[in-house]
Order: sequence, then C-alpha cells, then structure tokens
Amino acid sequence: MTSTVTAPAEAPPGAGGRERFFGLMQRHGATAVLVLLVAVGSVSFSSFPTGDNLGNIAITSSFLATVALGMTFVIITGGIDLSVGSVFALGGVLAAYGMRWGSFAALLLPLAVCGAFGLVQGLLIARVRLAPFIVTLAGLLGARGLLLSISNEGATTYLIPHGSLLARFGQGSVLGLGYPVYLTLALFAAGAVLLQRTRFGQCVYAIGGGEDAAQLMGVPVTRTKVLVYVMSGLLAGLAGALNAARLSSGVTILGTGMELDVIAAVVIGGTLLTGGAGSVSGTIAGVLLLGVIQNLINQIGDLSSSYQQVVSGGFLAVVVVVQTYLSRVQRLR
Amino acid sequence: MSDAAVPLSRFSRFDRGRVLAWLQDYGVYAAIALLIVINVAITPHFLTLENLRTQLVQVAPVVIVSLGMALVIGTEGVDLSVGSVMAVATALLPLYLGYGIVPAILVGLLGGALVGLVNGSLVAFVGVQPIVATLALFVGGRGLALVVAGGQLKDILNPSLLSLGSSSVVGVPVPVVIAIGLTVVVMAVVRRTTFGRRLVAIGGNRTASELSGLPVRRILLLVYMASGLLAAAAGILATARLQASDPSSLGLLMELSAITAVVVGGTPLTGGRIRVLGTVAGALLIQLVRATLIKHDLTDSLAQMVQAVIILAAVYAARGQAGR
Repeated sequence: MTSTVTAPAEAPPGAGGRERFFGLMQRHGATAVLVLLVAVGSVSFSSFPTGDNLGNIAITSSFLATVALGMTFVIITGGIDLSVGSVFALGGVLAAYGMRWGSFAALLLPLAVCGAFGLVQGLLIARVRLAPFIVTLAGLLGARGLLLSISNEGATTYLIPHGSLLARFGQGSVLGLGYPVYLTLALFAAGAVLLQRTRFGQCVYAIGGGEDAAQLMGVPVTRTKVLVYVMSGLLAGLAGALNAARLSSGVTILGTGMELDVIAAVVIGGTLLTGGAGSVSGTIAGVLLLGVIQNLINQIGDLSSSYQQVVSGGFLAVVVVVQTYLSRVQRLR
Repeated sequence: MSDAAVPLSRFSRFDRGRVLAWLQDYGVYAAIALLIVINVAITPHFLTLENLRTQLVQVAPVVIVSLGMALVIGTEGVDLSVGSVMAVATALLPLYLGYGIVPAILVGLLGGALVGLVNGSLVAFVGVQPIVATLALFVGGRGLALVVAGGQLKDILNPSLLSLGSSSVVGVPVPVVIAIGLTVVVMAVVRRTTFGRRLVAIGGNRTASELSGLPVRRILLLVYMASGLLAAAAGILATARLQASDPSSLGLLMELSAITAVVVGGTPLTGGRIRVLGTVAGALLIQLVRATLIKHDLTDSLAQMVQAVIILAAVYAARGQAGR
C-alpha cells in the first residue's frame, strides 16, 4: 500500500496503457477466455466444433441466459435476486398448467404471475426498504411453495402436448438453432439498448453507483428498482415457460440452486456485485463460458459431471480474485 | 440517536419503533411459546418424550450450522458454502473409517476447516465480497465431495459412528448434547473472549477496527474456519443419523435454513451484533412450524410459504429498530 502512494505523483511511463488493458480485461475477460476455450476445444475434440454440438450448447445456455439478463440489471443496481431459480420452475409449471386454456394463456399466465411476484419483491425492497438478499430469499421459498401447491405437492406433472403452438416454439429450430435461442438473442439486444441507450439504463447505473447520490440528482430510485425486480421475475418466468415447452412438461424439481449459477455467470461476465458497473454482453459471455466448460467436460467422456461443478467453482474463484485485483489497481491509480 | 427518540415516545403508549425492537429481540421466543401452547392444545401426542426427542434430533445439525453462520453474519459476512461443507464431510467419512472413527471424524472436520480457510482467505486477504467468495465453494464444494465419493451413496456400518447418531446420554440424544455443548462454547466465545468482542467490532465497523489496530484479517480467517468446522460437525452428525453418506443430497438448502435461523433470531445482517440463543431459538421455531403443519396434514408447500413470511416479519422488525 505505502509503495503505491508515491506512484501517482509522477505516473510511470506506460501506466495509461496498462490501465486501459486492465479495464479491457475487466469488461471483456470472459469473452477472451471464451474464445480461447472454443479454440482449444475445436482443436482437441473433433466432435466439439460440429453444428449439432454448438447448437446444443446454444439452446441449453439460452434459458440460463434469459434469467441472467434480468439478474444483470438487478446486480447493476446493487441488488440481488435469489428467487430466480424458484420463479423459473414456477414459470414452467404455470405454463404447463395454463395449457388447458391454449398456448397463449400458457405463455401469459407465467408472465403475469412471475411479473407480479417480481413486483411484490420490488415493492418490499424499494418502498419498505428491506434488504434484497432477505426479501428474495423469502421469495425463493414462497415461489417454491406456490409451485408445490399448484402441482399437488409436486405429485402432478402437467404436460404440454406435442404439436401445440407452445411446444412447437420450444422444440423447433431454424438454421440449426432452436427458436428460443433467437428469442434470447433478441432479448439481449433489447436489453443492451435499454441499458446503454435509454434514461432507464442510466438510472440503473446511477443507483448502483450510489443510491443517495442518485436520489439527490432526481433519479426515480424507487420506480427504477421496482421495475428491475419486475423484469427479473418476468424473464425468469419466461425462461421457465420456454424450458417447459422444450421439455413438453412443467417439471417441478427444476431450478434448485439455479440462482447461484446465474449469479456466477453474471459475475464472470464482469458485472460487479457492488453495483454500478457491468454489461449485458459480458453476461452472455459468462453464460456461454459456463456452457462450454460443461460441454468440454462431457467431451472428455469418462469424467463424471461432478467435475463440472469443481471446474465452474474454481473458475469463479479465479475470476473474482482477478476482478478484485483489477478494481483495486484501478482505484489506486 | 435513540436518546432523541425517548422523549417523543413517552407520550405515545403504542410506540411502533419500540414494539418492533422488542419483536426483534424477543419475538422469536414469544413465537415459540405461542406455538407450543397451540400444539399442546390441538396436536395429539405433542407433549410425548418420543416426539420431543425426534424434533430435537432433527434440528441439531441446523442449530450447529446456524451457530457458525451467526458468527459470520456478525462480521457482516455470509457463508453460502455450509451445505457443500456438510457434503464434503460426509464424503470424506467413509474413506477413513477403516482407520477408526476418530481419524475419520478428524479428517471430516479438517475438510470443513480447509474450505473455511479458502473462504476466509478470499474474504480477508483478497478482499472478495463474502457472498461471492463463498458462492465459489458452494458450487465447487459439492462437486468436490461427489468426486471424492465417486458419486455414490455409501452405507455406514461402523457401529461407533452409528451410535453417535442414535444413542443417548441420560435420556438426551447425543446429537442434542453436542448441539447444546457447541452452543455454550460459541456463547462463551462471543460474550467472554477478546476474540468475540473483536469479531463483533469488525461487523460494526471494519474500517474503524482496522484503524484501531485489530488484527481484522486474522479474525475474519478464523471466523470462516469456525463456520466450516461447525458445518462439518453437523455433516458428520447428520451422516451418523441417516446411516449413510450421500454427498449429492446432504445439506442441500442448508445455507438458507441457517441464514433464516440467524435472522429470525434477531442478529442483523448488517453485522455488529450476535444473538447466539436467539439463533438457536430461530432454528427451533422453523422446525416447530414445519412439524406443526405436517402433523396437521398441512402440506410442505404451506410450510415453505409460512417460513417465507416469518423471514420477512423478522427483517421488518429488525428494520424498525435500525431506523430508530
């Protein structure tokens, strides 16, 4: 610490370049590692770079990515949403339950309920000013309870019949990629515009940077925070509904521990949990990175899937250590 | 700040802030008392020795994990890895039971302490936020446990380990005795030792603690190691009771139960205050709610929703006090 205090007086040559490099690493490190991993995987395994395999990674990642998009907004405001795993499962069960009234109802029901769920959480956090961690922890239990009560304590699994519009959307594909992948890409494009190019996005960053300061500058803090949690609920519910459509049923046991995978993906993508910094493109890189790691471990074959958790956990640890180091370097300049 | 509030509240008999503060401090005991009275009145066979023993044996591991969680939350941190630590401990046990029960238990505890060491190093020395640092081992720890165990469920046949889960000392089951013992130890550490005072000081204001010369990093490291050790102990006891080592399911969602117990017991998530007895009561309350609902054929889904409401109520009460 003491050695760095004297440094700023006369900036060493090349410090600007190094700083810019650190900044780039912070924002695009996940993308760089992703490219590297894909290259290594393509060289090492002939079955990795096939269209089928890559399409498979894309579709399995797309649901996690949709949930992670909402989580990115929440985390940039300095909050957290632990309920997404349960809401994801709830969305799936509601979609299958709603099939009795047709495909549109099956899509609208989860969106309405999960959006309302996010609204309640957002109001408790932004208006009653309870800690996000706790409110969404309660939400995790509450949504899972709701799901169980709909499905007769998990005993009934509602089905989405083949041939219905929803099932066809979930299972169909164009150019080797499933429809949900395109929807996810569209949502991310919309998310990127919303975050970078609109007033709302600037408010999200401002709140994460400093809530009191944002309030004093006239940012509608309460409304923005509520909206962010509504978005997270909506996206988690939508992802759950689409996943159910792909599986043709509302599986009740899905989504346990998913919230932590999602948070891991967002953090790997360079979004700081302290809020105020992060990007949608980083999140998509983070999600894909986790997906590629899992796929490569499957390629190795005789390794059990538990290695995937070990590698993901280790990778997450490396990322947060590097991130913390980078942000410290930037702060000390 | 609280001084300024006193003259105002003297005039209003029903002061909201004070009621909430009382609720945060004693609400959990009141709720337990209320539930016991209700149960005695409406639940058949509630006040039997057998039922009490079952409930207490079931809650013992949760209490032990929650004690460690209370210490961590007292420093304004959180430990999400406790469930994975239980899995690590249960995976290590059968591998070393061949050398006898004592080495096996020691290796299990060592595993927990090591996970705590990694968590603590990330938090104390690297400066990673506790929630992210322990998230890494939440993900990786269970995977590690599955790799160690070869992904299999193993039956435990060692009689001395099994007796740890099933035998009693003067009528009290051994897991309950251990939980009570550990509670007393943790309470003594928090209330009577310099370490305990420093720990609470760090939670209250880390920068001030650093400036006043407290060995903040060393204390944080020890706190996370203690949490790992306690979670491993809980994992070993649960293994003994279940008579099997199942790293894929043991301790799932334990982090949530433990955080709930701590928060319901009146320890604020913002650190600086630890209520050990409250934490134990929090764990008992959740167990009692579940047992009550299940006894009356009210379902698991309702139990989960009730638990959610209890958490929110507890935090609302805490907020009322913080806002005074």
